[in-house]
Amino acid sequence: MAETVLETEGLTMRFGGVVAVDGVSLKVRARELRCLIGPNGAGKSTCFKCLCGLLKPTEGRVFLRGEETTGWDPHRIAALGVGIKMQVSSVMDGLSVQENIWMAARRHMDARAATDKAGEVIDRLALGAIARADLGRLAHGERQRVELGLVLAQDPWLVLLDEPAAGMTAEEVARMGDIIREMTRTAAVVVVEHDMQFIRSLASTVTVFHRGRVLVEDHVDRVMADPVVRDVYLGKGA
Amino acid sequence: MQGDARRDTGLAVILGAVLILGLPLIADTNMLTLLVVYGMLALSLGLIWGFGGILCFGQAAFFGLGAYTFAIAGINIGESTLPLILAVLVPAAAAALLGAFMFYGRLGDVYLAVITLVFSLILFRWLSTTAGPAYVIGNARLGGYNGIPGFPLLNVPGYPRWELWGDPLYYVAAAALLIVFLLVSWLLRSSFGRIAIGIRENEERVSLLGYDIRARKTVLFAIGAGIAGLAGALFAAWAEVVTPSLFGLQQSAEIIIWCIVGGLGTRFGPVLGAAVLTWVKIVLGGQGAIDNMLVMGLILVLFVLFLPRGIAPELARLWGWVTGGTRRPARRRAPRGGTADG
Ligand SMILES: Nc1ncnc2c1ncn2[C@@H]1O[C@H](COP(=O)(O)OP(=O)(O)O)[C@@H](O)[C@H]1O
Ligand SMILES: [Mg+2]
Repeated sequence: MAETVLETEGLTMRFGGVVAVDGVSLKVRARELRCLIGPNGAGKSTCFKCLCGLLKPTEGRVFLRGEETTGWDPHRIAALGVGIKMQVSSVMDGLSVQENIWMAARRHMDARAATDKAGEVIDRLALGAIARADLGRLAHGERQRVELGLVLAQDPWLVLLDEPAAGMTAEEVARMGDIIREMTRTAAVVVVEHDMQFIRSLASTVTVFHRGRVLVEDHVDRVMADPVVRDVYLGKGA
Repeated sequence: MQGDARRDTGLAVILGAVLILGLPLIADTNMLTLLVVYGMLALSLGLIWGFGGILCFGQAAFFGLGAYTFAIAGINIGESTLPLILAVLVPAAAAALLGAFMFYGRLGDVYLAVITLVFSLILFRWLSTTAGPAYVIGNARLGGYNGIPGFPLLNVPGYPRWELWGDPLYYVAAAALLIVFLLVSWLLRSSFGRIAIGIRENEERVSLLGYDIRARKTVLFAIGAGIAGLAGALFAAWAEVVTPSLFGLQQSAEIIIWCIVGGLGTRFGPVLGAAVLTWVKIVLGGQGAIDNMLVMGLILVLFVLFLPRGIAPELARLWGWVTGGTRRPARRRAPRGGTADG
């Protein structure tokens, strides 16, 4: 079996009295595609932020490739080779698509190589027509695609995506699915998602969150058939 | 990319040389030296604020530190070369410490502004109380409110007797400004500069790309302070006296106004803003009847209301219109709406 690249042990995050994440233990292996699903407020994004260092977990530990990274700052975690896309779209608005992607590549290669890399990623994501445009002027779907470009340019071995398909058109979602599957050739990909259609199309192992805990973890088809999951998740109109 | 950079440098050198040589024909070099010094001071804030997104309300502190370092080191050493170097290094080191404290402490923008302002006011208050003979550094008496007069002026390196004042001082200061301008341009084209601009645009995103923004902001802040310190040393050489008012609130406020009026997020804008507004101030000062700070405030308000991007972007647009739009339209956005590179 492939090595474990991401592991959490009893991860817990409390906000005052609210227990957003409650003793979550996960294991993701190299080149695995893993979806984290669950109803709104289940604690997916909070767990996600604990993984990438934006939140310091109240309890529990995080390991990346066997190294404990609990409480590390985000830049140290990213610098390990972890590509991150937050739920809320976040890019350098005043800079062009090319400059955004160049910056992602530049961290682990010299300036010239980063320019080549940016060109490569722009071609791969079909962003050529808007490569010189400022991010601030782009449509939502395009911005999401650029964010994916930032992740790709980092050549990560672990990719963390929070709701990458939110607000996209069906066509864009399909393309996103292809890109994510392609990423798993070189990286483990963890996708937090809400859109059931999209999750089915990815056909991966699914971890279901409910009230901060892991409810079940199994292949998507079996999870969908699980009456308990249907009850807490699908029952609420997803 | 490289062709762009070469053209940009060539343009700056030609334009700079024309201005440096041409302006003495129409204006007094004594005044021009002051405009140049303030232009450099504005450039220092324009760099860290306009490109790094660091709003420092106390840039005057580093200007004053540079001036005092130059004066104190000059009295103790004599020859001006080492004092000039120290006038860059001391403010840069102070900024590195202050910056590390602020950026590693994750202080928000407002706290940053307040702390830098307080830092400069503390220096102002403290230096004002150093009148007695007890306050000496080596052979230099700090002199309290009256400051330090009579220190060695700028001299030709290695020749302490060849002091530079009047026309030669102007040419040296102006050449220094041009060199600093070119270095700033180079810095902004470098990876460090481009990432600094990314940090201005979205700090969190850049840190999620794996960059340590605290270290980078600290370094940029120190570079800005070093430039302000050099401007301070040149100011000291020009004024032949340094006083605590260099650290004053008015000085800090004016630097910010220069940047806004000239055009934040551009290299040339702050220099232009400083020169124009200082010139206006000198002309009005001759009239005597009008309060300077009131006029500066009024100009600021008018610009914020009617020309929020400042002078430089409008000049760039005019230039593009004159040359038939060959110039690319302004692309980069400054933190609050400024744009274009002038
Ligand atoms: N910064 C915060 N402060 C307080 N409560 C929070 C914070 N972030 C999230 N929560 C709470 O934690 C719970 C889980 O939220 P979240 O992780 O965003 O869920 P999901 O991403 O699964 O929709 C929610 O009840 C939310 O209100
Ligand atoms: Mg969420």
